Amino acid sequence: MSVISDSIVITKRQLLQLSRVPEVLIFSTIQPVMFVLLFRFVFGGSIETGQPGGYVQLLMPGIFVQTVAFTLAATASGLAEDMKKGLIDRFRSLPIARSALTIGRTLGDSLLNIVVLAVMGLTGYLVGWRPTSGLFNVALAFLFLLFFGYALSWVGIYIGLSARDARVVQNVSFLVTFPLTFLSNAFAPTTGMPRPLQYVAEWNPVSTMVAACRQLFGLENQFGATAGSFPSENPLTMSLIYMAIIMIIFVPMSVKKYKNASN
Amino acid sequence: MKSVIAENLVKTYNKGEVKALDGLSLDVEEGTVLSVLGPNGAGKTTTVRILATLLAPDSGRASVGGIDVIAHPEKVREVIGLSGQYAAVDETLTGWDNLVMFGRLYHLNKKAAIKRADELLERFSLTDSAKRPIKTYSGGMRRRLDLAASLIVQPKVLFLDEPTTGLDPRGRQEMWGVIEELVKGGVTLLLTTQYLEEADQLADDIVVIDHGKVIARGSSDSLKKEVGGERLEVVVEQSNIAKTLEIVARVSGNKPTLDEGLRKISAPVSSGSLALMEVLRSMDSDGIHPLDVGLKRPSLDDVFMSLTGHAAEVEEVKS
Ligand SMILES: Nc1ncnc2c1ncn2[C@@H]1O[C@H](COP(=O)(O)OP(=O)(O)OP(=O)(O)O)[C@@H](O)[C@H]1O
Ligand SMILES: [Mg+2]
Repeated sequence: MSVISDSIVITKRQLLQLSRVPEVLIFSTIQPVMFVLLFRFVFGGSIETGQPGGYVQLLMPGIFVQTVAFTLAATASGLAEDMKKGLIDRFRSLPIARSALTIGRTLGDSLLNIVVLAVMGLTGYLVGWRPTSGLFNVALAFLFLLFFGYALSWVGIYIGLSARDARVVQNVSFLVTFPLTFLSNAFAPTTGMPRPLQYVAEWNPVSTMVAACRQLFGLENQFGATAGSFPSENPLTMSLIYMAIIMIIFVPMSVKKYKNASN
Repeated sequence: MKSVIAENLVKTYNKGEVKALDGLSLDVEEGTVLSVLGPNGAGKTTTVRILATLLAPDSGRASVGGIDVIAHPEKVREVIGLSGQYAAVDETLTGWDNLVMFGRLYHLNKKAAIKRADELLERFSLTDSAKRPIKTYSGGMRRRLDLAASLIVQPKVLFLDEPTTGLDPRGRQEMWGVIEELVKGGVTLLLTTQYLEEADQLADDIVVIDHGKVIARGSSDSLKKEVGGERLEVVVEQSNIAKTLEIVARVSGNKPTLDEGLRKISAPVSSGSLALMEVLRSMDSDGIHPLDVGLKRPSLDDVFMSLTGHAAEVEEVKS
């Protein structure tokens, strides 16, 4: 199928870009590594977890999910850049499937995530992160993380194609990702939040993802207002449902947007 | 056979606020070159984008290579090449990387894509900079690479949107050479430009557009005849203006115009060099020394002046 081979060409282009401008790869890895170290050493001492192994055990799943959630911003700004340079027009004038560019771009951003997650995991290990659930479950958790990033990447495609200006794209992406990642259980337990907020935070897909990863890493999850409800009992299933919903909404919307993209 | 047909294209932007095309029609005979000539904001890019399947018109009909643009855009894309107004290539990659990538997207296998990239780089004198990122290219090199990218698979119909805008005279000459060679190869070409000189040099036929409508159409010769061909211009001392006006009027048979600030007198002339000699002889016998004298080929402005009675309204350039 030419959609697949065309998508691969687009993905390869992204890898080639990374090899031509290695700074991009370096900085997209340094940032999450810095977050790991900051959170571990700044908040690590002051947050009481009641878990064996200390705060870093809870932190790592949170920071993994946050990092893959930011794929949304990377995809969006990469695409906005292509729009600005007129490259999207060129691709649209070629005899290739219209979904190829979007599929290729989302795959490329996921490949980048593999590298970033690997380096983060290693850093975590160095500062005391020790999952207790065995290799299989850990690998499964990373697979989930990659899928989550991939799903959000499609939201990024939509944002990147919709905005008229690269700076707007940055702002919109942050506006989406910051509340999502901070209004969650990623860095501090939701039980400390006002009760109405707990509902929001605990139904938040980022929280269910974090909870799913914690479960897969062999940790206990702590829920406040929604304890005993479906998402808190089945964070893994709930996360899968969320990913499916995101893709069902944003894949067709993005492909359609790309079809009609005009600047 | 007509390779390109556009009938009554209408396109508005911003929910009808901006009328970019207002019933535009044109056609291009197979194997010929049509130049779409118009000032900023006339609708050139919009026309090209519709014909290249990037934009759907609000109404009207268009076909390229006998294929309906609206009904079968994917088939149209197989026969066209497009080089837009601004070079659209991946700046972080090298020229070679870009051409190989586009070759792969035209479904050449890896070997063929590399071979084609090398050929095109050679043909557009870019071999020496093939392995440098596009970021380091000059404007002219970028344009040439962009054009090369639209020729990976020999297109039947080629669209070039202002291929020489922003190039210096040498870059423009080079680009003209490249385009002329393509035309010799038999491609059907629609190119837009703001320069009458360029249309004159490259095109068999010219359509002049303004406010999204065709306001004149013809061969470059017929159009120039309409505009009045060349203009004679002479600059003299203040005290000689009146006499010179008389001489120019008599020789050209037309009423000359005077730019008082520049003390420049000009008038359309039919047989340029003869008129020039005659004017100089008369001035000489009256003891008038011209400060500057010359023949000017008509510009887009002159075309507009004579077609519409007003100068081309140049839109404010958006960044
Ligand atoms: N995306 C857009 N949104 C709103 N208005 C637009 C858009 N694109 C073009 N226009 C307007 O439509 C008109 C025609 O634009 P077009 O780009 O086709 O002109 P052009 O002849 O290519 O001009 P130029 O010589 O500056 O490239 C202009 O008034 C322009 O401002
Ligand atoms: Mg234009």
